[in-house]
Amino acid sequence: MIGADAIIKCLEAEGVETVFGYPGVAICPFYNSILDSDIRTILIRTEQNAAHAASGMARITGKPGVCAVTSGPGATNVITGIATAFADSIPLICITGQVNSALLGSDVFQEADITGAVESFVKYSYLVRDVNDIPRIFKEAFYIANTGRKGPVLIDVPIDVQNATINKFKYPEEISMRTYKPTVKGNAVQIKKVARELEKAKRPIICAGGGVILSEAEDELKLFAEKYRIPVVSTMMGIGAMPTRHPLYFGMVGNNGKAYANRAMNESDLLIMVGARVADRAVNQPDLITKGKILVHIDVDPAEIGKNAGPTIPLVGDADNIFLDLMKEEFSCDSAEWLDTLNGYRQTMKKERTPNPAYVDPAAFITGLSEKMAEDGIYVADVGQNQIWSCGYHIVKSGKFLTSGGMGTMGYSIPAAMGAKVAAPDRQVIAVCGDGSFQMSMMELATMQQHDIPVKIIVLKNNYLGMVRQYQHFTYQDNYSVVDLSGSPDLEKLSAAYGIKFLRLENMDKCDEVIDAFLKEDESMILECLIDPMDLV
Amino acid sequence: MQKKVFQLLVDNTAGVLSRISGIFSRRGYNIESITVGVTADPKISRITIVASGDDEILEQIEKQVGKLVDVRDIRELKPGESVYRELVLIKVKAAADKRQNVISLVDVFRAKIIDVAPESLIIELTGNQSKIDAFITMLEGYEILELARTGIAGLGRGIENVVYIED
Repeated sequence: MIGADAIIKCLEAEGVETVFGYPGVAICPFYNSILDSDIRTILIRTEQNAAHAASGMARITGKPGVCAVTSGPGATNVITGIATAFADSIPLICITGQVNSALLGSDVFQEADITGAVESFVKYSYLVRDVNDIPRIFKEAFYIANTGRKGPVLIDVPIDVQNATINKFKYPEEISMRTYKPTVKGNAVQIKKVARELEKAKRPIICAGGGVILSEAEDELKLFAEKYRIPVVSTMMGIGAMPTRHPLYFGMVGNNGKAYANRAMNESDLLIMVGARVADRAVNQPDLITKGKILVHIDVDPAEIGKNAGPTIPLVGDADNIFLDLMKEEFSCDSAEWLDTLNGYRQTMKKERTPNPAYVDPAAFITGLSEKMAEDGIYVADVGQNQIWSCGYHIVKSGKFLTSGGMGTMGYSIPAAMGAKVAAPDRQVIAVCGDGSFQMSMMELATMQQHDIPVKIIVLKNNYLGMVRQYQHFTYQDNYSVVDLSGSPDLEKLSAAYGIKFLRLENMDKCDEVIDAFLKEDESMILECLIDPMDLV
Repeated sequence: MQKKVFQLLVDNTAGVLSRISGIFSRRGYNIESITVGVTADPKISRITIVASGDDEILEQIEKQVGKLVDVRDIRELKPGESVYRELVLIKVKAAADKRQNVISLVDVFRAKIIDVAPESLIIELTGNQSKIDAFITMLEGYEILELARTGIAGLGRGIENVVYIED
């Protein structure tokens, strides 16, 4: 057995079913060995999207997504995908081929120091020097990627190591890492403190971040909020932690969030921040969430606590464990008056839009779409104005909302939706992008067709890089610079070229029937919606 | 701004030092000195880092470095509970007529002369940072040709500060 065979055995032992990637000489032993396995290979059209697809898959399965690319440009192309996963704490295993280890450091053809280059975007990385280390390294890599604060792990394997004969293959059953031991159980004293403060609180609120979803604590959050009648807001990454129409859910916070959600958070006297980084887009004035209130910060990563806002009660651990432990504490919380106030804010602080009837109103369209979507449908939002509209108007029922929140990587939605669809072939998966972000990933239409991955794509087309245009509108008084998307392809012809069905919605007149036609069959389809170029989020 | 001395015990993996220094460079933390050496267990290295910043930065340094996979333990070596030492080698220009003056200064500081050349001396001095700073100040009247400082190494005092690493 050679190293490449051993890698495949490791992936099989971890239950990996799909690898997204792009071959090159340095990863050819791996792609040769994988032919003898049941693991499905999907040829992505550019390496960045291999990581995005693996990310979409990981977010549905809860297990690390796997991608495998070649050395040099293959490896450097995948960096943006790795950084995107890192920013959102998505577990990935990224395998890169590397030049012959005897040539390392001599700048030979397609050599890149990838472990060095990704250092600040990975949870950990390995350069495999000895073929006999493969089982241990893969065992550790999967463990590191999917425990504690999750994240990408890169394994760089020189071609001679892939080809070397391995003495004895044995996949370790137990993990023994002297240095890596994440805390998952919350400290009992701190949990009691939180319960005592909640009992005193008049205006408690929970702000749920992506960590709630990553620790699969949605049910626990809902039970906890319902038991004590505590209202919930979320960050962008926390969308879907609570069903959008749950009476205790008050929307997304932040400078692109709901005004009433921000007001609720700022006026609370006890804020439970859970699985959130308190980064600038969610909380642009951290002093508003610390002054005059008790801030309980729950996170599995102790370094996040106190990084952007000093908490009153730090609580390190996994969100689901902590909610379960909190529910064991006997206390009561009287929030009736506070909930009345918040429901009042929700009624009076609604954002009024004045849509142009000549075009599709993205707000009404997205709400209409999500009402018709399957209960457990997966909605993947791209980056740009489309993302903000998606965050504001998509209704999560029991499905998932995926987007690139931390990094804001354009082009994320199509490959991530493909990964989600591969993970859950029976679920409805819709990617919603703008005409800018669509063109960053449109090469993957071929991947969808080749590998029969029926993703539905919505392109909100306004002929601009709308988010930047909007910024230039406000900041540079409509002095538009490099935001005009003239020259974009005719999407109807493009769809035909790839053999994908196409629909167009020009205004709201036929909105319902077009959405029905779009959602009817489980097949790939592109729906182009014409959006007023001057529309603002 | 204040200074703190951190003691780290790390796994001796390839790239561990660049991972640690990378945290400092990309997050903009100040590092004043770093010393590295293997411990009695060859699989583990001890790193002593002197870092500066306000309280929040120093807390972040401890947490961000502490969460690196290779870092087994990080803790502050508090001044009252620890000893710090630094070694310095100083090459001073000293022809025959000035040599005796330098030697008497060396004696006062209990330093050592480890090389004598016709035009210069190399002095070795070990001590805490303030002693070394004071010695360098006293040499101001002479021409320092070259100077090498190791950065500080430190240990906590007594048996209660020992960090045990389980296998």
